[in-house]
Amino acid sequence: MSETRAERVLRVDAYPTHEVGGYRVRAGKPFPFGANVVPGGVSFSVFSDQATSMTLVIYKRGEPEPMAELEFPEEFRTGSVFSMTVFGLDHENIEYGYRADGPYDPVTGHRFDARQVLSDPYARLIAGRDVWGVEPDRSRGYQYRSRVCLQDFDWGDDTPLGIPAEDLVVYEAHVRGFTRHPSSQVTAPGTFAGLREKIPYLKELGVNCIELLPVFEFDESDNPRSNPETGEKLYDYWGYNTVSFFAPKAGYAATGRYGMQGDEFRTLIKDLHAAGIEVILDVVFNHTAEGNEQGPTISFKGLDNATYYMLTPEGYYFNFSGTGNTVNCNHPVVRNYVLDCLRHWVADYHVDGFRFDLAAILGRDLDGTPLPNPPLLEMLAFDPVLRHTKLIAEAWDAGGLYEVGNFPAYGRWAEWNGKYRDTVRRWLKGDPGVTGELATRIAGSPDLYSSRGTTASVNFLTAHDGFTLADLVSYNDKHNEANGEGNNDGANDNNSWNCGAEGPTDDPEVNALRLRQMKNALAILLTSQGIPMLLSGDEVARTQQGNNNTYCQDNELSWFDWDQVDENAELLRFTREMIAFRGRHRELRSTTHPTGRLRDSLGLPDISWHGERAWQPDWSPESRLIAVARCGTADEDVVYVAMNSHWEAHDLELPALPHGRSWHLFADTGAEAPHDIRTPGTEQELDNAGKYLIGPRSVVILVGRANDPE
Amino acid sequence: MSLNLKERRNKAGTVLVATGEINSETSGTLLETLLPLVREGRPLRIDLTAVTYVSSAGLRTLLVVYREAQHAGVAVTLYGVSEEVRFVMSATGFLDFFETGEAAAAAGRARAAR
Repeated sequence: MSETRAERVLRVDAYPTHEVGGYRVRAGKPFPFGANVVPGGVSFSVFSDQATSMTLVIYKRGEPEPMAELEFPEEFRTGSVFSMTVFGLDHENIEYGYRADGPYDPVTGHRFDARQVLSDPYARLIAGRDVWGVEPDRSRGYQYRSRVCLQDFDWGDDTPLGIPAEDLVVYEAHVRGFTRHPSSQVTAPGTFAGLREKIPYLKELGVNCIELLPVFEFDESDNPRSNPETGEKLYDYWGYNTVSFFAPKAGYAATGRYGMQGDEFRTLIKDLHAAGIEVILDVVFNHTAEGNEQGPTISFKGLDNATYYMLTPEGYYFNFSGTGNTVNCNHPVVRNYVLDCLRHWVADYHVDGFRFDLAAILGRDLDGTPLPNPPLLEMLAFDPVLRHTKLIAEAWDAGGLYEVGNFPAYGRWAEWNGKYRDTVRRWLKGDPGVTGELATRIAGSPDLYSSRGTTASVNFLTAHDGFTLADLVSYNDKHNEANGEGNNDGANDNNSWNCGAEGPTDDPEVNALRLRQMKNALAILLTSQGIPMLLSGDEVARTQQGNNNTYCQDNELSWFDWDQVDENAELLRFTREMIAFRGRHRELRSTTHPTGRLRDSLGLPDISWHGERAWQPDWSPESRLIAVARCGTADEDVVYVAMNSHWEAHDLELPALPHGRSWHLFADTGAEAPHDIRTPGTEQELDNAGKYLIGPRSVVILVGRANDPE
Repeated sequence: MSLNLKERRNKAGTVLVATGEINSETSGTLLETLLPLVREGRPLRIDLTAVTYVSSAGLRTLLVVYREAQHAGVAVTLYGVSEEVRFVMSATGFLDFFETGEAAAAAGRARAAR
């Protein structure tokens, strides 16, 4: 047998040239940044523009005091990059950080403090919060410890899936919340491994994309508040205060205590892909966990504050994020950092796309001015590695910039369509004067995205931020007392309606109406053009007891209760069939906005609007009834969706179909289960061909297809 | 913690009995011991009954051995994988690559159930 593949390649730079602090070293390579295993040692590389000196601090794994401090020799600096290869390190049993010395002069933006040990911004693994919720030892000087990570992983033939955007059904979920509840019955609740065990559930539901709330390392214990009613500790449960951008959260891995979170997360992604499900990460590049002047120094602040943060002329932190600081996203160095980070998640984790939290900030200049042509957004849009990933913007920020409909898109960026959410919510509860805008929203918001197509619009009614679907129909007002801020946190403009009683009730009529309203919402969402996004648990009526801001609630308020899969099986079935229905009807997923042009094949327009009378939609302010018919090619069904938010029933005259076709009933939310919905393909032909009675506050979906055989 | 390795040859193939931890410090020795055995071309069983921990580098070493064996057309079986090591291997996806002797694990589960 010839020589084995595992035998190592010989390199002439695998030999030390210097000795520093008792360690044999040589000048490292500036690229790639971070800590990388090289023959015989580990290469460390870090950038700081203004540091006068840099020291590599090495700890034996878990020890409070360093085992070595190695100052970078001056000749190991290339430009503003310090790089050094250290030989003879056991890469698996060390933690490392940096001391950066330089000016401390906040007015000019510099906050160097060589007493602090700083995390490597490129650390691919972080130790210090290895198991979720374990109270950390805060007396330690160095809390979030960089570790060396092995990046090889056997992906087999896995690649990002490349599902066309128009075919996506996105499911927004929290890694921990999805299986932390004891009812989940998984081996390792609340982890990547736990989520992996629930892939069959996702597959059966029919979603083909999971969007994960932040998975970059954060510190769940950095919330000082407690629940005023129970005294329970509150957490940073959602994880929007990023500590380290390249490292997967250790506390989300059952193997985090062994430092294997990278492999566990990759395995989850690989298996999701095998099940046909893409992975989108919610990424937070607008701010960091370092806060403002009062916040902790973790990494950027001590390495190069003036580069990484937007600062006022007096050296204070701009606060466009509402959380204390703002990342200086359009600084050339920071742009590259963001790009490197996203490439890392695509190349090393096979992630399929990203949702950018408060993305309007990514379009601001160094002084906060919104840019017409933001270099960061352009760069991400055209990057070769990111070229086919999904890029989704939360197109607003906390500094008043609202760009829904005009986010700089470069033909690539989609947006969370906040206007879709607000319009459909208002219409559902029966507000007057909304029917016209509802029509625009369900047709893919051509008023906002005429040049970008329907897939620029991510349609959603609920997301992690705000009411769940069940709470949207059960509460008029938010109930956030458990968050410890006197119910002052969270949004007030929820456009919700409790259906007649605030919160849980025994009133069967109220409960029946709530169930119907949830079905109405799902029916509208899943027949709208654009990319639909569901909030995890909405399919089984998950409640947060009226709390619309559970960022801090690591408990039953937030967790997916798997008993509800059985208890609310009716809603789950409805959701599944709706998702399947969407998958079956291309015209609901068309990437172009409908124009009303005639489809020659069938003699019907691609879209037509109807009211009580066919072809006569009522756009008046008091109208709460509208029906839409979509017509595709000759081999496709015509899909008719009638929506009634009026509290009374209405007779519908159905538009005539081409010869040989007739109307078949797919769903009627006003009907008792199991007659509320059918399995797509088994729709039943209507008895009375030209008419249908739509009940109060109901949605009816019909398909026009070939007559059933006599 | 160190790793102790013992080879045993029988008619069916070679058994390597490992005792201790497989981590970045010990995986080099493990690899140096295993690769020549792979080259011999006889079926290879790696007995992990007395292995308490396999680190990230250790799992990679086992996978490298597996790949080398695959390349050479040699059968490799892991045997006696403890519940904890099995769980870690499962969560990190490494278990999917290996043939594992179930007998020891099943016996372990039976003991735990009593």
